[in-house]
Amino acid sequence: MNRRNVFGLGIAITMLGFAWGASAEEAPIKIGMSMPQTGALAGGGKASLLGIEIWRDDVNAKGGLLGRKVQLVVYDDKSSPAETPAIYAKLLDVDKVDLVFAPYGTVPTAPVLPLVKQRGLLLMGNFSFQVNSKVHHDMWFNNAPWGPADSWATGFLTLGKKAGGKTMALLSADQEFAQNLATTARAVAKKLDLPIVFDQAYPPSTAEFSSIIRGLNAAKPDIIFVASYPPDSAAILRAVNEIGVGDNVKIFGGAMVGLQFAAVMESMGSLLNGVVNYNTWLPEPSMHFDGTKEFFEKYTKRAVEAKVDPLGYYIAPYGYAMGQMIEQAVQATKSLDHKALAKYLRENEHKTIVGTIAYAEDGEWKESATLEAQFRGIKDKNIDQFRSSGKQVILFPEKLKTGDLVTPFEAARK
Amino acid sequence: MFSLDLLRDAVVLGLLLGCFYAAVSVGLSISFGLLDVPQVAHPAFLVLASYGVYLCNDWYDIDPLLAGLLISPLFFVIGLITYRLYYETFERRGSDAAVRGIAFFFGVAFIIEVLIILQFGVDQRSVSAAYIGKAWRLGDLRIPMRQLVAFAVALALTISLATYLSKTFMGRAIRAVAQDEEGLRLMGANPVRVKQFAFGIATAVLGIAGALLIIVAPVDPTLDRVYIGRTFCVVVMAGLGSITGTLAAALILGVAESIVLTMFGASWAPAISFALLLGVLAVRPQGLLGR
Repeated sequence: MNRRNVFGLGIAITMLGFAWGASAEEAPIKIGMSMPQTGALAGGGKASLLGIEIWRDDVNAKGGLLGRKVQLVVYDDKSSPAETPAIYAKLLDVDKVDLVFAPYGTVPTAPVLPLVKQRGLLLMGNFSFQVNSKVHHDMWFNNAPWGPADSWATGFLTLGKKAGGKTMALLSADQEFAQNLATTARAVAKKLDLPIVFDQAYPPSTAEFSSIIRGLNAAKPDIIFVASYPPDSAAILRAVNEIGVGDNVKIFGGAMVGLQFAAVMESMGSLLNGVVNYNTWLPEPSMHFDGTKEFFEKYTKRAVEAKVDPLGYYIAPYGYAMGQMIEQAVQATKSLDHKALAKYLRENEHKTIVGTIAYAEDGEWKESATLEAQFRGIKDKNIDQFRSSGKQVILFPEKLKTGDLVTPFEAARK
Repeated sequence: MFSLDLLRDAVVLGLLLGCFYAAVSVGLSISFGLLDVPQVAHPAFLVLASYGVYLCNDWYDIDPLLAGLLISPLFFVIGLITYRLYYETFERRGSDAAVRGIAFFFGVAFIIEVLIILQFGVDQRSVSAAYIGKAWRLGDLRIPMRQLVAFAVALALTISLATYLSKTFMGRAIRAVAQDEEGLRLMGANPVRVKQFAFGIATAVLGIAGALLIIVAPVDPTLDRVYIGRTFCVVVMAGLGSITGTLAAALILGVAESIVLTMFGASWAPAISFALLLGVLAVRPQGLLGR
């Protein structure tokens, strides 16, 4: 063998070594999802995605799952249910993802669930409301603290009844999510013996609510349950502030989506005072678990760059928790088999930054942790005030409670 | 339930709402009604203007109405450029300009929406002013001050535009180009320049209308979709190109919507605008005050 051949052999061995090394580095675990980045649900979608990305970076920093890095494959579904079936078909058939997370929101998720059920796949839900009630997919796990369907209305109406409320008004957006809530509110009202004296569904295109609030006042309800979507919540609150709701109203709010987002809270400012509304996480003493503080430190830094909700209380920590649950299931089963993962998720409790989660048969949380909290002492144009405890006092559920209801509503607003 | 008090309140709130609808539609009455330009991006420009007002209010604490006035010249220029682009690429090239123009303006609307999202994100934005969030008490009736302001400004805007179009030389030229473009050309005037100027005015008006939009309620990048049906409905019901008709149609729509919202149920409200439109067109195909 001459010198030239030895040199050539050396290069060949080196190249082979590189190739061996490359094949030893296993392909990443792909988690696919659509997420609203534009359209009506984009505010929540962006914050949710940031929460999931923080989990991905944390898990990859620890060496990944099963020795493989985690990679997210994400498409914008424009908040549209028409887009999601095609996106999930692409994720599964073209991108060949290993696991799927659902998009944020009920409406974009609804058409995806039958698709994954047909293929026998595990789907982690992302803040949907009762989408599995008719599909009955046994590998659906909703990452949201709602629990039983009537938990939102039960918390709010029980508080109203305890405060002396005898009649209620129901104002809801004419849209699936709000109508599902309105249906449960009617059932809970019946159970609590609260006659409904005003019940209206307004269309999503409603521009001005003064007339509706005037009509609502004429019915003289003691409890006002509102199930509204982000564009409407602020407009309703403004109309309530101007027109008033009367001294007899004990409690106002319930299920107003939007009042959890920093931009809306900042712009509404003192108009929020007295409103009792649902939430999922708040900076109250009862809401801190292992890793919660560290998560929000990371989130606060990255939110500015990502131009997402600077507080991120509503949904971002649940995005992280969704990753934590999958992480625990994969580590425990040492597998990516959907059936094995689903079995583990169903049969075990999962410790996350939003608390310990256990699932019921229908894929919802066994026990509701939906908060009803009252805005107190809010000033105008100050976003940092919402980082302190005491600004949104938790009234319900009992185990997370940090204060009592201030009533009537007009007094609580002052 | 029915009561005279409720009916009175519904009519008052409806008149205020109607004036607001007139303000957001009057620009379209010029661009679509008079110039035959399929300006489906009108509500997108409206939302863009409200974000301009938001910036002025947030950064420099300028009153939203004053901010609307300040950005109007900028929107005039945007209108001139948009029309010139539309004219060069579509209108001068053939008879199917209107059909292709719709695609052009849909594209413009989409670009505006995406640009707003990229710059401001998807969250709602609102402004602050002394008259926002307060109400004027009149006996047991409480009228939102923001609605009163919108009412007064919208009324002034509509009257000013109607006067401009009927009393000034340029205004009459704009009306002439709407009626007989060839006739205007024979008189030695350049109809394209007249139309470009008119389109500029139609867009400049959106500066003030955008201010009213964000005064009345918070805005988000996709709000244009809510207003596209209403604004076209008002303009067609008014009679194409009629400014006073626009005010009349908007008032009728506002009062009808308000009565339905207060007394019959909010679910029926979206049907009102189109039911009224069909009703008016059945009796007067040219619209309320159209020729």
